[in-house]
Amino acid sequence: MSNSPLLQAKGIRRRFGHVQALDGADFTVHAGEICALIGDNGAGKSTLVKILSGSDQPNEGEILLDGQRVTFSSPTAAQAQGIATVYQDLALAPELPPSENLFLGREILRPGLLGRLGFVDRAAMRREAALQFARLGVRLRSAKIPVAALSGGQKQSVAIARAARWASKVVFLDEPTAALGVVQTQRVLDLIRQVRDQGLGVVLISHNMSHVLEVADRVEVLRLGRRVAQMSARDATVERLVAAMTGGVSQPEPAHG
Amino acid sequence: MDDLTSRPVPDALAPPDERTSLRERWSGWIGGGWIFALLILLVLVFSLLRPAQFASPYNLSMLAINAAIFLVLSLGQTFVIVAGGIDLSVGSVLVFSSILSAQVMLALSGAPADTYGTTNAGWGVILIGAVTALASGAAWGAVNGLLVTFARIPPLIVTLGTLGMALGAAQILTNGLDVRALPDLLVNVIGGGSIAHIPVLVLIAVIAAVLAAILLHLTRFGLRTFAVGSNTEASRRAGIPVRGQIIKVYALSGLSAGLGAIMSTARFSTTTIGGHAMDNLTVISAVVLGGTSLFGGIGSIAGTVVGVLIPIVLLNGFVILGIPPFWQTVTMGAVLILAVWIDQLKRRARDRG
Repeated sequence: MSNSPLLQAKGIRRRFGHVQALDGADFTVHAGEICALIGDNGAGKSTLVKILSGSDQPNEGEILLDGQRVTFSSPTAAQAQGIATVYQDLALAPELPPSENLFLGREILRPGLLGRLGFVDRAAMRREAALQFARLGVRLRSAKIPVAALSGGQKQSVAIARAARWASKVVFLDEPTAALGVVQTQRVLDLIRQVRDQGLGVVLISHNMSHVLEVADRVEVLRLGRRVAQMSARDATVERLVAAMTGGVSQPEPAHG
Repeated sequence: MDDLTSRPVPDALAPPDERTSLRERWSGWIGGGWIFALLILLVLVFSLLRPAQFASPYNLSMLAINAAIFLVLSLGQTFVIVAGGIDLSVGSVLVFSSILSAQVMLALSGAPADTYGTTNAGWGVILIGAVTALASGAAWGAVNGLLVTFARIPPLIVTLGTLGMALGAAQILTNGLDVRALPDLLVNVIGGGSIAHIPVLVLIAVIAAVLAAILLHLTRFGLRTFAVGSNTEASRRAGIPVRGQIIKVYALSGLSAGLGAIMSTARFSTTTIGGHAMDNLTVISAVVLGGTSLFGGIGSIAGTVVGVLIPIVLLNGFVILGIPPFWQTVTMGAVLILAVWIDQLKRRARDRG
């Protein structure tokens, strides 16, 4: 884990009418680490993730990417700077095979004249997709069947592999294990580790404390729109996390600079 | 990245054996295959029962001519339905485009406006008339697409509205009368002519079908049409310009109605204001029969070709066999329901994994 943060949010404030969703929230993720972002419902997790992935803009506060101040006017702008998000709905096209989902909107065209005429190179997309899946240890029943025929865990894996394929810096994962069985959950957690080992910063948003403790390197806790704790996953226990989330015990915020 | 290629690729990702891939490809292209088998079966049965009449070159070429205009309309409709939309306006857009282009050709031919019969306008005038029909069709299609994407009105309503508007506008242009004077060359060379014993109308439809198949199955435009129909929101988030794609797809359907307009005036030597009221249902049935899913994301041009041919072969066979042609309507309704039911069953089976 490198010392300088890859993506950093400082003093983010976001107000919706009378609701102060984020009240000076801070957040940090490093390259090559899995950072879990946890908090009770209404703590501001979703708002923070939306802001960090370009879907929403803060009223106040700053975002630093590689130490440079950035603003994301749209998800596309965030993607262009290397930040991808996998939402719970996965955003896959169920009728298309995994390879074409991996290259959705970024199709590989045939070389030469055919490519300039807009002909797609499905074989190349399948090859590249197979490489990406192999790199991340994702096993699919068939590379050609439509995504709709895959299991929930495999669909999740395709969505994560796609995010990892196009993100050069940070991948946000929103509840990636929410609807999965035990075996599938393990596969997805393994995949998340693989994504980290590619050198990306992974932000895991989850309600499931045991999954968080199993896979995360570091945990940041949000409560009432502020970061109330950050700890190494080694030091964390379910009790400590729950206490921090619910305000039972607040860990003093380390000074940041 | 270098060490990755040396890692073993999981079995499931190794190239599947050719047999499976060929079968998968076929089933993808002909929409499951059973409907293709049904067409072959119908042709075989009618050919065996009445070889002299059904399988005669004259009858087969009449079948093909009957199918040609519907096929052209169905090509554009396939794109629209694959993209998750529907276009009810095709018949009216065809009528409007044929009226407009016939009026343009009549005006340019120098013949008096009340000419009855054919004019001696040359190929230049016909070309201008054809471009007029194609442009007017594409323009109506673009209007459909703009209303669907920017006004966010459901396509069923938008195209029901333009169905009325295009037909009414056509009647306003001519006071409700058909334009009955068309260039002689258009009627005789394109409408009634043939090249190497193949009717020109059929050649046009075949070329259009091949181009549509290439566009839908081999290009990025086609792939994005499938993507938008499969999951619009996912396509938008993946950076696909979804609105532009949908507008182009409706414009393509309008363009095919414009091409159908030229073919229709060439074939019948008149515009046919009253003759296209049922075109949309015929065309949508054909597309759905051919395995294109009304929910979007699934479909093929080859399936559409089969879907267009089945009702025409069925009607022709019934007439030749002396079965009252009314039975064709009943049979087609049943086959259509069966086709959609089978599509649903397959979809449910697949979604269960």
